Amino acid sequence: MLILFGMPIVQLLLFGFVITNDLKDVKMAVVDHSKDSYTNEIINKITSSGYFKLTDNLESINQVEGVFRKGEVKLALVFEPDFATNLTKESKAKVQILTDASDPNMANLAVNYLQGILQNYNLEINRGKVLPFQVKPQTRMYFNTSLESVFMFVPGIMATILMLVSAMMTSISIAREKELGTMEILLVSPLKPLQIILGKVTPYLLLSFINALVIVGMGYFVFGVPVLGSFALLMAESILFILLALSLGIFISTVSNSQQVAMMLSMFALMLPTILLSGFIFPIRNMPLPLQLISNIIPPRWFIVVIKNIMLKGVGFEYIWKETLVLIAMTTVFIGLSVKKFKIRLE
Amino acid sequence: MKDEKQVIRVRNLFKKFGDFTANHDLSFDVYKGEIFGFLGANGAGKTTAIKILSGLSYPTSGEIEVAGFDVYKQRELLKRNIGYMSQKFSLYEDLTVYENIRFYGGIYGLSRKEIKMKADELLTTLNLEHVRNKRIGELPLGWKQKLAFSVAILHNPDIVFLDEPTGGVDPVTRRQFWDLIYEASRKGITVFVTTHYMDEAEYCDRVSIMVDGKIEALDTPSELKKQFEAKDMDAVFLRLARNSSYQE
Repeated sequence: MLILFGMPIVQLLLFGFVITNDLKDVKMAVVDHSKDSYTNEIINKITSSGYFKLTDNLESINQVEGVFRKGEVKLALVFEPDFATNLTKESKAKVQILTDASDPNMANLAVNYLQGILQNYNLEINRGKVLPFQVKPQTRMYFNTSLESVFMFVPGIMATILMLVSAMMTSISIAREKELGTMEILLVSPLKPLQIILGKVTPYLLLSFINALVIVGMGYFVFGVPVLGSFALLMAESILFILLALSLGIFISTVSNSQQVAMMLSMFALMLPTILLSGFIFPIRNMPLPLQLISNIIPPRWFIVVIKNIMLKGVGFEYIWKETLVLIAMTTVFIGLSVKKFKIRLE
Repeated sequence: MKDEKQVIRVRNLFKKFGDFTANHDLSFDVYKGEIFGFLGANGAGKTTAIKILSGLSYPTSGEIEVAGFDVYKQRELLKRNIGYMSQKFSLYEDLTVYENIRFYGGIYGLSRKEIKMKADELLTTLNLEHVRNKRIGELPLGWKQKLAFSVAILHNPDIVFLDEPTGGVDPVTRRQFWDLIYEASRKGITVFVTTHYMDEAEYCDRVSIMVDGKIEALDTPSELKKQFEAKDMDAVFLRLARNSSYQE
């Protein structure tokens, strides 16, 4: 009943809040080679719009990529030297917009917003002037130069499929054994509970791993999604995520007694959040705060960051250890919970 | 045929779930080769007791030995020496008959050769040689149940626990099922069976009748009938169960 009535409400709220095309507080870096009143004014205008937040002042354009790699800052603005002089003397000054396009939707949006703001600024300063001043933006995308959305979908689909195969299938297959009564037989047998669980889980571990390989392979050979970082690291992280999904599946199966319940729980608790709240399609920073907080407990959120970083930005372990740690912690928690639940049932 | 060796020894078994006492001070013995009927209405605590005896759950207190092993400390050994068949039909529907036998044989650590030998023997006795490679799901319920029982005693356990094994089966098949039980008992396997068919109670060597978590009567069917001046087990059961506080 709760599911029947709760589902539409939650879904509506989720879709309503998550699917916004608005930007909010996108972190931005500035490389100001000119540092004059005009560039100041532009920066002020941009930060006061509420869409962008200035976090870093950089000295050189070479620093930008490093900042992007860390993953916080998504956007950088570079003003050319002698910006004010160029603008007043030649009526033309250039500003470069650099974005982290490992999330193409986000990058596109941010660029559009920025261009809009600059356009406005142009109109403002040109009021009543014969020869219009022009601030010319130039855009450059990092990590995904041609802004292909497949770059975003490959990590997302990987997370979704691994979640689906590992968690959903495990939970359903264990719930099925419970429903049919075969689980009882296994439990009375000399097999240890751990052996039973391992037996149920190993095939899905293999299957999911093959899936991960196929997705990365297809991405690479068919769509040209690069794997810039270490392939071994990528696979290791994938296995970690699969383990997490499996432990989640086991946990779901311990709380559900029939295949149907397991299925509903997996769909509701796993699939929807994986698609909506993980940052796969909709950028997390644009969500309302409560949803942003919820997204933190959604495993794929961390996994997607990890694989995007490895595949598109080519970073090493030192940039993703935090996310890895979160994944490990989650796995431990779910295994712990399942074991506890399992013990209670035996008492 | 029966010696006086105890294979199940229960003293003062209590099982509580919060405030609810599912098993209240159970004490009884079951002897080797015996067919022991464990009767009671739904909710009387039969399944709880059988789960404790088969090592599926821990008792709250009490001394319990099954097949000579302590249910607290020697679960592994205990599990190796018992068979179990639940009221839910419990073979894998999408595996074939032979695959099921092989699987369960494997779980109990039988060698490949033993499994093959046992499977042949089992299928011949049951006259099911022709469905060896059919999927279990395609078989009629009666056949499945006979198979499930035979698989449950595949590893020659000391005791086999049957939790309402004949639910939903027609009388003829039930009769055939009991033939299997007798045969197992003749081989020295102790049969511990719960049922709520009172005619089946008559087939048991001894029966215990549980009401509200307590054992109210325990004796041979004929003694019980004498004691309660009843013409059949049905009447015995009704007289005892009428006092139950449990309302269905």
